[in-house]
Order: sequence, then C-alpha cells, then structure tokens
Amino acid sequence: MDIYSKPAVFAILSALVILIGTVVTMFVPLFIRSTQPVSRYVKPYTAIELEGRDIYIREGCNNCHTQTVRPLMTEVLRYGQYSKSEEFAYDRPFLWGSRRIGPDLNRVGGKYPDAWHYRHLLNPQSVSRLSIMPPFGWLAANRLDTTNTFRKTVIQGFGYSRQEVIKQIAGDRARITDPGYDSKIMRDLVTPPERLTSLTEMDALVAYLQKLGRDVRSMEAMQ
Amino acid sequence: MDESAYEYRIVRGFAYSALIWLIIGLTAGLWISFELFDPALNLTPWLAFGRLRVVHTNVLTFGFALSAIFATAYYMLQRLTRATLPFPRLARGHLYLFNATIGLGAASLMAGMNSSKEYAELEWPLDILVLIFWAMFAVNIFAILVRRREKQMYISLWYLIATTVTISVLYIVNNIEIPVTLFKSYSVFAGTVDANVQWWYGHNLIGFIFTMPILAMLYYFLPKSTGLPIFSHRLSIVSFWSLIFAYLWTGAHHLILTPLPEWIQTVAIAFSIFLIAPSWGVVINSYYTLKGNGEQIQSNYLAKFFIFGVTFYALQTLQGPLQGVRTVNAFFHYSDWVIGHVHMGTMGWVTMIISGSFYYMIPKITDKEIYSIRLADIHFWLILAGQLALIIVMWAGGIRQGAMMKATNPDGSLAYSFLDTLTTLYPYYRLRFAAGAIYFTGILLFVWNIIRTVSRKAAATGT
Repeated sequence: MDIYSKPAVFAILSALVILIGTVVTMFVPLFIRSTQPVSRYVKPYTAIELEGRDIYIREGCNNCHTQTVRPLMTEVLRYGQYSKSEEFAYDRPFLWGSRRIGPDLNRVGGKYPDAWHYRHLLNPQSVSRLSIMPPFGWLAANRLDTTNTFRKTVIQGFGYSRQEVIKQIAGDRARITDPGYDSKIMRDLVTPPERLTSLTEMDALVAYLQKLGRDVRSMEAMQ
Repeated sequence: MDESAYEYRIVRGFAYSALIWLIIGLTAGLWISFELFDPALNLTPWLAFGRLRVVHTNVLTFGFALSAIFATAYYMLQRLTRATLPFPRLARGHLYLFNATIGLGAASLMAGMNSSKEYAELEWPLDILVLIFWAMFAVNIFAILVRRREKQMYISLWYLIATTVTISVLYIVNNIEIPVTLFKSYSVFAGTVDANVQWWYGHNLIGFIFTMPILAMLYYFLPKSTGLPIFSHRLSIVSFWSLIFAYLWTGAHHLILTPLPEWIQTVAIAFSIFLIAPSWGVVINSYYTLKGNGEQIQSNYLAKFFIFGVTFYALQTLQGPLQGVRTVNAFFHYSDWVIGHVHMGTMGWVTMIISGSFYYMIPKITDKEIYSIRLADIHFWLILAGQLALIIVMWAGGIRQGAMMKATNPDGSLAYSFLDTLTTLYPYYRLRFAAGAIYFTGILLFVWNIIRTVSRKAAATGT
C-alpha cells in the first residue's frame, strides 16, 4: 500500500506514530502513583499564599528562579534538602523552573525574616549589590485584590470553606498590620501610607515565599 | 499550471508578518540581554525581565517562526500539489486572526497574563484563538491534498502533515486550564504530573515547530535553489518515520534529576540519543545532495544558507542528546550553556533555513529579482558571526557557572556563593549583548533587502 499517495491514511498513520511515545511517557504517567505521591505533611497554600503565588507567576519569577533542588551533593549543601515529588502536590501549575539566573527558591521558606524579603523586593541591589533582579517595590503600592481568592482555592481543590478563606485573609492582615509584627519597620518603609492597614501584593508574595520548602522540614522531622 | 492561478497574496502576507515579528522579537531579546547585566532597563513592570523574556520567546516562536512556516507551507502546498489554494478567504482569515492573536498575546504577556508554562504562557482565551487559526490552516492543508494533481506526496508534505496533527495534540493537552477569570486560569495538572506534561509539550514544540516544518522547507528549497535532487529518497523515508516516532518520547530530558520518576527520565535519555540517527539522516541527505557540486557554495548565494543551516542542525542534534546524559546534565542544567544550545538551534538552524527559503520564495511570489545578492551575503556573514559569538560566549559562561557551582573547598564547604557564579558572568552577558546586536544588524539588512526587492518596479519575468 502506497501511503505516500493517500493523505488521509498518511495523516492517521502519523497520528498513531506520534501517539505511541505520547501514551507511554505522558498519558500513562498521569495515572500512576509514583508521579503523584501523597504526604500528609504537605499542606495546601493558604489563601494569601496562593495569591502570592499568582503574583510570582504574573511577574515571571520562574524565568530566573527554579524550585527544584536536585539530589546532588553541592546542591543540597547550597539549598537544603533535595526536592521530593510529594511537596508539589498543590502546585498548580508547577513552578520547577528551567533556568537559574537567581538562586533556587524551593527551600527559601523561613530562611530569612519577612523584613529581608521586603527590603530585597523593594531594591534587590540594596541587599546584593551586584544583583540584576528587577525592582518590585511597586508591589507594595498595589492593594491585594481578594475578589477571586475563594474561587481560586476551590479550583485548586484545597477544600477550604468560604468562611475559612475569609478568616485566613483577616488573620494574615491582622498579623502583618499588628504593631508587634516582627518586620513592621521594614514593611512600613516599603509600603505607602495609604496601604499600611491593608494587605498589599508584596505582603502576599512574601507570605508565599515564606511557605516554600517548609512542609519538607516537617516531613523530615517526623520521619 | 498557470502561474497566475496560484494564491500568493497569503504567502506574502505571512512572509512579511514573519519579518515584522522577527524584528520585534529580536528587539525584546536585545532588551532583556541588556537587563541581564544592568537592571536599569527594568523601567516599568511591563518591561521587566520576567515578563519581557516570555514576550521574546513567544513572539519569535509563534510570531516569527510560525508565520514563516505558514508562508512557506501555503507556497509549498500549492506548488507540490500543482493545485490552487481551495479556500483563499479562509486563509486570509487565518492570516488576520494569526496576527491579531500574536499581537494580543504579546500585549497580554507584558501585562502579566501568563500561565507560566513555557511556550504555553498565553492565557486561555488566546489559546482558543490559536486553536481556531490552527484549524483554519488544517482545513486548507487537507483540502488541497485532496484536490492535488500530483499523486505522490513529496517529502515536505509529509512533514507538514505530521506538524498539523501533532501540534493540535500538543497544544490542546498542555493548555487544558480551568479559568478563574477571563485573564487567569490554572493548569488542570499539578506538581510532578504537570511538569511531565509541560515538557512532553515543550520539547515536542521544538520538534514540531522548530524541526519538522523547517525540514519541510529544507527538503523543498534546497533542491529548488540549487537545482540538485535530494540524494536519497529512501533515507528521507527512514528519517521521517523514526524522527516523528522518537521525538515524542524525549520530553523528560528537560527533567533530569528532578523528582520525576526515574524511568521516564531514562526512557527520554535513551530516545534522545537514538534521535541523533534520524536527524543525521537528514544532514547526510543534505550534504550528499551537494556532492560533486560543492562550488555552488560559492557561486550560488542561496546554497550557503541551507548548508550552514543544516550544519548547525547537525551540531544541535548532537549537543542536545549529549546534554541529556545524567553526568553532563548535572553540570549544565539551569546554566547559560542551555541558552547557548537554544540559540544555536534558533539562530543557526531555524533562521538560516528561513532566510534561504525566503530569498528563494519571495522573488518568485512577487515576480521580482532579488535586490542585492551582495547584501544577502553580508546578511549571511553577520548572522553567522553574531550567532557563533553568542553561543560560544554562552557555552563558556555555562561551563564557568557549572564549575563554580560544583566547586568545594578542602573541608567540603562550597567555594562560591550563588552571587559569585552570577557576577562572574557579567562580562559574558555584555559580549552576548554585542553578539546579539551584530546578529540584529544582519537581520535588519535581510529585511531591507526584502523590502527593496518587493518594491522594485521591474517584473522579473518581463511581463
């Protein structure tokens, strides 16, 4: 049979040929357990952390920063425990990254106080003189829009009720605007006066960054 | 068939669009490469590196390359079937919708409407537009194949059919998203699964936008511009089927040493190494086509675009698989070496083949003589020099980065901070910017040459 003079047959045959590799390497892995292992130590993002994650995505942070520590000695020395599949269960979409123009962030949670992040986001060069990271101070001038936050957590499958989300947002806001907040001085410096009592996009981004890698520490501590 | 019956306005439309997107995409490239050693150009959020880099990749992949593919596809489909375009108004709609989508895409990316999945960053309403114009393209392809007057389909048509089918599957699956608002959605996949789907998509996009349709151009425009037949039909058959088969297994070579299950990584590495064979089948076929006619490299200004282009393809398809080997990958992943690799493929292979194809095709579809062969030669040497400088600098930078990241002191502690590994690269980044500027100059000459060609008064055929 001369398939080169039968375009329909040719097209179907090509489709079947490309589907073989597709099925084995993309389709089958959707259903096997080893690609989606579960750990009860891994918690979903809170409402504000999720909003912060969306800001990370919006600003294209994943174009410079990875979130995958590889099981290599120097990498573990530099960043901490290597990345486990379980910890990405709630990463929709994944943010492993493909380029390190900036350091890996998978274990950055808890490494620096909030104040460090506020200062760094405002003016990266004030923290690392030769950094080429763009300035993100303007994030503090933007009030965080929480209109869609609950809907986002529903789509993400986090299982929060609307009340829980409202409580989380209020809780974060209270924590950050409290006079006893440990990073109050830096936050006040970075945030315009009219935004001081509300949650800003920068607050959300900092909350997200502080979450990264925390669950693995719990996972390791318990085992 | 009578020349005047062929529908060339669409071909021209896509060819000119390609050149415009090329200039825009390269400008974004120059801008971001400057930002990489001096953050001063991060003037506003819309121009910050994180957003603009995505504009660079998308405008060049979907704006420039895809437009050039549509242009040459509409041309080759008509010539190889000896039939006119069945639905020219549909093709015109395709052209307008395509350009509108890319324009909206670029603007939306600058505004931060970005799904974060590489080369699938456009948000869901634009994904729908992409699928619509892809369907419009597919209708004309299959309709013209049905009404063809040349019974046997030539090699280039095989590659175009495979492209049409595969891009549909890839684009749909990786862009399955649940909308939050009109401008924001979430991938239906999460975590490791999402990573696997993304790179199945990402690598095969390179395969089915940057390889297969460019091979279609090579197989058509190399023989046409040299007057020499392709060396071996049998080799082209073997290459085609093994290429489209093996490519789909290799996506996970982007995920070596990540939490992805090891077997998927290993399978990807194995098939990537295998892929050297069919890729080099094409290379051998191209070189042997010129056998005994080597002087054409000098006498025919078009020949060098194809021969150098396919040479970079040979290097690319050797370098790529070797990068998948775990020990090599451990060293180079996430570094500028990979940037060097990417740019050899895009600047060395893709753009050279498109340049040669356009130089052949545009005079034909406008019935004009090329304005200046000398200018075309200068274009060639500038893009060759710019591209080589850029990739060599990136490879050197990548080696340096990899070595510094791995370096330890005698007591086992790390020798260099992350910042050390970055700041050491600034001289390389400056050189890369200069190399990019040289390349850009070559492209400007290319575009100028085309503009002067199409605006000439005298028709080539003297009618």
